[in-house]
Amino acid sequence: MMENTKPSLLEVQNLVTYYYTDEGVVKAVDGVDFKVYPGEIIGLVGESGCGKSVTSLSIMGLIESPGKIVNGKINFLERNLLELGESEMQNVRGAQISMIFQQPQSSLNPVFTIGSQIEEVFQIHGKISKNEAADKAIELLKLVGIPDAVKKTHAYPHEMSGGQAQRVMIAMALALSPKLLIADEPTTALDVTIQAQILNLLADLRRKFNTSVILITHDLGVIAEMADRVAIMYAGKIIEQSDVQSLFDHPKHPYTRGLIASVPVMGEIKESLDTIPGNVPNLIDLPIGCRFSTRCNAREEYQLEICNKQEPELQRNQKSGHEVRCWLYQDGEGHTAPFKL
Amino acid sequence: MIQYTIRRLLLAIPVIFGILLVTFTLSRMIPGEPCKAMLGEKATAQVCEQFTKQYGLDKPIPVQFAIFMGNMLRGDFGESIRFSRPVTLILIERLPTTIELGIFALLIACVIGIPAGILSAMKRNSPLDVVVMVISNIGVSMPVYWLGLMLAYFFALVLKDTFLWLPPTGRLTAGITSIPFFQLWNFPYISGTFSHYMLQFFSNFLIFNSIITGDWKVLGDSIKHLILPAMALGTIPMAIIARMTRSSMLEVLKQDYIRTAKAKGLQRNLVILKHALRNAMLPIITIIGLEVGILFAGALLTETIFGLSGVGRILYEAITARDYPIIQAFTVVIAIGYVFINLLVDLSYVFIDPRIRLE
Repeated sequence: MMENTKPSLLEVQNLVTYYYTDEGVVKAVDGVDFKVYPGEIIGLVGESGCGKSVTSLSIMGLIESPGKIVNGKINFLERNLLELGESEMQNVRGAQISMIFQQPQSSLNPVFTIGSQIEEVFQIHGKISKNEAADKAIELLKLVGIPDAVKKTHAYPHEMSGGQAQRVMIAMALALSPKLLIADEPTTALDVTIQAQILNLLADLRRKFNTSVILITHDLGVIAEMADRVAIMYAGKIIEQSDVQSLFDHPKHPYTRGLIASVPVMGEIKESLDTIPGNVPNLIDLPIGCRFSTRCNAREEYQLEICNKQEPELQRNQKSGHEVRCWLYQDGEGHTAPFKL
Repeated sequence: MIQYTIRRLLLAIPVIFGILLVTFTLSRMIPGEPCKAMLGEKATAQVCEQFTKQYGLDKPIPVQFAIFMGNMLRGDFGESIRFSRPVTLILIERLPTTIELGIFALLIACVIGIPAGILSAMKRNSPLDVVVMVISNIGVSMPVYWLGLMLAYFFALVLKDTFLWLPPTGRLTAGITSIPFFQLWNFPYISGTFSHYMLQFFSNFLIFNSIITGDWKVLGDSIKHLILPAMALGTIPMAIIARMTRSSMLEVLKQDYIRTAKAKGLQRNLVILKHALRNAMLPIITIIGLEVGILFAGALLTETIFGLSGVGRILYEAITARDYPIIQAFTVVIAIGYVFINLLVDLSYVFIDPRIRLE
């Protein structure tokens, strides 16, 4: 994909979100930059605890104490969301940016009917009569493929399967045709067959509504299937970003390569699955220099000294737009990069 | 649900029977006998023999129990040894006061306790939260009789001659009388019949009676007399309800659906009141049901301190006088009340949480 020249819908600039706990400052998101263009699906990939969900909650303005957005800008439709007051932000949430979550069944309130929970979105954001809202709820349930929609509006969340509940969540999220949908691991808790259905539904609705989607997942298979562009996160930072094709064909960052290598491939016989040694670093006490340096095999292979001294910058290939944050591609003081980006 | 209710009511019968059996035996195990308690230590053996025979206390205990059960099933609780009056009449006179006191106390406990708990949970770890929790900790550990005396001292003596003055004793100010609605409206009744008893019973709810007859003077006066005892009685349940509300709310606020409600753009206060509170209600309602038992126990002390002639006070007198019929009758009434309220609590679950099916 060529460099995108369209104006972006959402631009996250140097987002920094910390959690001030008794144990210390958890640097959950530590300087994240990315853009979302109208109508595209961008995948946000990383292991648990790398800051994917905190990034999305920061965009929604739903960071709760002891968490705090310390720095950055979140420009959405030419406004910096971080400068909006709570009531203005309430108008954005659910109407212009909406979100679906990992556990669809527990994300629906158990004591209210499906119908009333969808209707609520209309009631929050617009003066609309109860009957109209009820009609729209039925329409939405039909749209997301819930059979017997009229009857289902009176059902409670516990009477639905996980897949159906996620469809309801999607219906709720798309009720007001938002510009941006954040899907935080929408299929992780579902059966594989249901996963495919939900992903297809998301792809269809994206086309229908021209909604941009931030798809958060740790499943590279889902990304390959769905996303236009990908950003790989590691320990609170984006370490690689490009269009899907380029990322899977030419992964640059040793971490990305490790992630791709650790996906089992059908038909390929291996003694054991490839893994990335070690664990995600403690976000309170991050390693000096590159955050991945403690687990990086390329560092040893190329005997790089700079990795645990200084943090690399995000380098960008101007032609392909592929971005990577690694000393393998960046010159530094007394350090010559072994590769050109 | 009707089936469930009927089954629960049927199940209550053995429970009440068991309670009766225990109270019946235990009250006869209290050292001392009614004769000595009533007629004094110097009563001669001869007098006592006649006394026990008169009240049927000379028969073996199982026989006494059988007789008592038989009478009770016909609605006859026997005659009080101490007051020489039918126990049923005493109940009609006194039960309404205790029920009004209990409802009022519970009302105070809920109206203050639930919002305090919600605020505390919303502002977790803030100074407000700390203050509410410290007060409720003090509230839980405050003995009813001490609090009662302090309230009476403060409102009746310290605030004397101010508009905040509250009467420390009695149910109505001397000179104010409540006219029963059935007399005011000339209901036809035959003295001593069941319907007459029922009319009397309901008219003894002074607040209820004064509201339906529109007697605002009596209403104001009777509420005024209930405030202090209800505050004393309601403090412990209030503190317990506040703590339960707080912990239940904190639990609910962590749930995924709260995040969903916020992500929809709902106002924070509405998220709390609409999405969180209803989910947090189950444990709160359960504890309210259990508090009713504590209220009955507390009523005994409160009524004694504040000079209210309710069942609590007379139960205390009956125990000291070994007035078995009163002890037994009141225990049955309290047990039935407790069972009934907790049945209501269980039934309310269905309306609060659609996941609960009563079977």
